[in-house]
Amino acid sequence: MHFVVTIENTGETFRCGEEDNVLQAMEQLQRRGIPVGCRNGGCGVCKVQVSEGSYTKRKMSRAVISADEEASGCVLACKIYPQSDLRVEVVGKMARAIVAKKSMSFDFGFATATAINQPDEEK
Amino acid sequence: MALTGVLRPGHVALRVLEMGPALKHYKDVLGLIETARDDKGRVFLKAWDEHDHHSVVLRETDEAGMDYMGWKVASVATLKKLATDIEQSGLCTDLGWVPAGEHPTTGERFRFTIPTGHVMELFAEKGIVGNNCGTDGENINPNPWPDGLQGISPSRFDHCLLYGDDLDGTVKLFTEVLGFGLAEQVMAGEDKSFMIGAFLSCSNKAHDVAFIRQPVKGKFHHASFELGSWEKVLHAGDVLSRNHTSIDIGPTRHGITRGETIYFFDPSGNRNEVFSGGYIYYPDRPTITWWDVELGPAIFYHDRKLNEAFLSVFT
Ligand code: FES
Ligand SMILES: [Fe+2]
Repeated sequence: MHFVVTIENTGETFRCGEEDNVLQAMEQLQRRGIPVGCRNGGCGVCKVQVSEGSYTKRKMSRAVISADEEASGCVLACKIYPQSDLRVEVVGKMARAIVAKKSMSFDFGFATATAINQPDEEK
Repeated sequence: MALTGVLRPGHVALRVLEMGPALKHYKDVLGLIETARDDKGRVFLKAWDEHDHHSVVLRETDEAGMDYMGWKVASVATLKKLATDIEQSGLCTDLGWVPAGEHPTTGERFRFTIPTGHVMELFAEKGIVGNNCGTDGENINPNPWPDGLQGISPSRFDHCLLYGDDLDGTVKLFTEVLGFGLAEQVMAGEDKSFMIGAFLSCSNKAHDVAFIRQPVKGKFHHASFELGSWEKVLHAGDVLSRNHTSIDIGPTRHGITRGETIYFFDPSGNRNEVFSGGYIYYPDRPTITWWDVELGPAIFYHDRKLNEAFLSVFT
């Protein structure tokens, strides 16, 4: 079964099978929008807020997603599997870079990088 | 013995989200050898050419990252002396002793938190299990490598790269208290006086630990394992791809330390590296300086720029 995932920040859409995580589907189809990091639920850069749709999920690092966030649909794109069409908003620590540039260009200097890098608990 | 004080990185303790996939990764793909499990569910592993009982400790919990890194020192007397020196330096917090046996076959460990927020340990004693190369007894008439190696099979746990805020305090601790040399540094600012990266050696290796200044405490960038040649790094890339392991970057070369490298992720998102090469470091070797504007080639020499994950992806 395949569903359509829409990234609200950019309007990008792509298909994702129920056995595939959202980040993996995006990468396989050469789509962009959600930052790709470890792909394994540890680093938090692929954090999204699901505004519409249902999904199943696998274990995510509590260092980057609190229990409250997880319960309210703020999850890691690399750890969710769609059960319906999904609308997601990128909210991870690199979200500002996406909105500003619409593409992931990363020849920023160190100062910019550290600004983007504030962990959520320090925001 | 010319090498005294702190001898080498002895172990790294990593948090994993699920032990099953973690063991598949660290044993079957990376090719470490399991040496023990304890009643807390921790799994202890070593690389094939390490003689000590373990160099990697895995603990299943609800978050990824590094619990602590341990350093082997030359003797029990050295351990006591360095513990006193650390205490007197006033640079560290949460000082204390972990009793002997808390890690299997391991003597007591002195534990402390360094200015960048990482937990470090020193220990003098750990059981020797050998490298299984001997033909007429352990270490007698050895083969160059043992039978039965799996996956990438690096020779040893080599170093960690860690992210934290008080880089100055941590560098002061490692150089002035623990006796490390500064092999390479990355400097920023108008007059290049602000250190943002430090590559520190307690041995003849180009680095035994590295730190990059980031506005975080106690974060883990990667744990690295040594391979004997560039061809083995390419082979490691093949092993990672055929196992669908999440690769970050490489095979490529670092400008810093000149190592040939691949970065990849364990199933909990902790970054691993396998690398080969580098140079021999002596304490009188001049420190190499990189300017922040050249951070791209310093980290990834061929691409000459950082990838998107280098500064933002850590656990
Ligand atoms: S990419 Fe690291 S948590 Fe999803
Ligand atoms: Fe490294």
